[in-house]
Amino acid sequence: MADTKKYKKVAYYPGCALEGSGHAYNRSTKAVGKELGLELVELDNWNCCGAMEVKNIDPKIQTYLSARNLSITEEMGFDTVMAPCNGCYHNLKKAEYDLGHDAKSVEVNHRLSEKAGHGEYKAGKIETIHALDWIKEAVGEEEIARRVKNSLKGLKVANYYGCMYTRPRHIFPEKDKGPGTESTSKPHFMDDILAAAGAQNVDFPLKTACCGGAHTLSDSDTSTKLVLNILTAAEACGADVVATECPTCHTGLEMHQIRAEKVLGRKTNVKILYFTQLLGMALGLSSSKVGVQENFSDSKAFLKSKGLG
Amino acid sequence: MTAPLSIDAVEARCDTLLAAPDATLAASAPALADELLAMGEVILDTWITAKGDVPTEDTTEGFRLLALHRQAARGNASFNACRETCREVVYHHNLVRLDPTSADAPRNIRLGAMVVRHLTLFIGGKLQVDGLGDFCCSSRPIRQADTSNFSTEPVKVMEA
Repeated sequence: MADTKKYKKVAYYPGCALEGSGHAYNRSTKAVGKELGLELVELDNWNCCGAMEVKNIDPKIQTYLSARNLSITEEMGFDTVMAPCNGCYHNLKKAEYDLGHDAKSVEVNHRLSEKAGHGEYKAGKIETIHALDWIKEAVGEEEIARRVKNSLKGLKVANYYGCMYTRPRHIFPEKDKGPGTESTSKPHFMDDILAAAGAQNVDFPLKTACCGGAHTLSDSDTSTKLVLNILTAAEACGADVVATECPTCHTGLEMHQIRAEKVLGRKTNVKILYFTQLLGMALGLSSSKVGVQENFSDSKAFLKSKGLG
Repeated sequence: MTAPLSIDAVEARCDTLLAAPDATLAASAPALADELLAMGEVILDTWITAKGDVPTEDTTEGFRLLALHRQAARGNASFNACRETCREVVYHHNLVRLDPTSADAPRNIRLGAMVVRHLTLFIGGKLQVDGLGDFCCSSRPIRQADTSNFSTEPVKVMEA
């Protein structure tokens, strides 16, 4: 029977974080894709999505910056771009929405694209997906379960999605469409993927709660307390691991886990790993192949005790 | 029991509940479930009052907390970031209320306290840094604060 699944070959927009603090996510995403027979083609000459900082100065400039990346996707002949970072994913989605609903955004994008000398992106041409959509749709739970070589059985996981993967709802029109689609109130794609790899997901009440990531420098103490609360809640739910799918969240959780111990004297033992790292190890990849050594926290001994990596 | 009246008091009360032994939590599970819900309302009341509005007494889906969240989120999209946190407060209240004698009641009260504490930290943090703008999922431009006191009018597009 022909394989009818989508997203086997997509354009890849790693974004700035995956070249720096989130490099382990970049490495593990590529490794998992290769292992699963999926093809990622990185965008040529991509630019920063504008993250949150540009939006704070001028949201129309942020829309343009993301529209340029969508324009490159189109020029490279793709109809889908995959962004593993929640910030990039959110901004591409927001640009798509704004260009479809706001005449001023269209006008600014037209003017700046012309000035920069590249094609103007028009809404409706490109579909933006997250790494979770990519693996869930291109491979699916059944195939993941079939390919698992090193089950995550016995690993209790709190899946942490962060605040930008589902918000605001109106820029994600494909979500909340019933069975099989992602939920904006109780996201579950990461839960589904890791369960297929053998993990035991715990019921975690803070899976979309704010980690304080954006205020990690301007208000570090609040960020530390927010992260500590997330980690202690995960431990109270019985989790050994917090699985992440956003480099900003991941870095924030790791950094503030250390800071909570240093500043507040509160030690938490829960490990923080990208879902792609967990999935990769379940597929038989080594811990170094999925970049565990690049994480701030050292989870190698823990993973070894679970027979992983 | 009367709910605490300040955000700091709510945070301290959550810490007390988290440290309490199972037997203490089990002995007054229904009252503690109600208290946690009331503390969630106190946090939202504080935010809405600080914004110069009068907190609603209405309910949404049977809960004032959800109506307060809806009121606070109106015209302030970044408030979406605590939408599920409010719903989790209600959920844990209902879990305990549904079966207060369950062996899980102390655990559910503790998890509810962690969710309320998260709401406290999130909104307490927002109250502190509101003037800086939000660097989060639905941020508003800093320039709006300079020029129009956080109005929702579109900002002038910067020349590139």
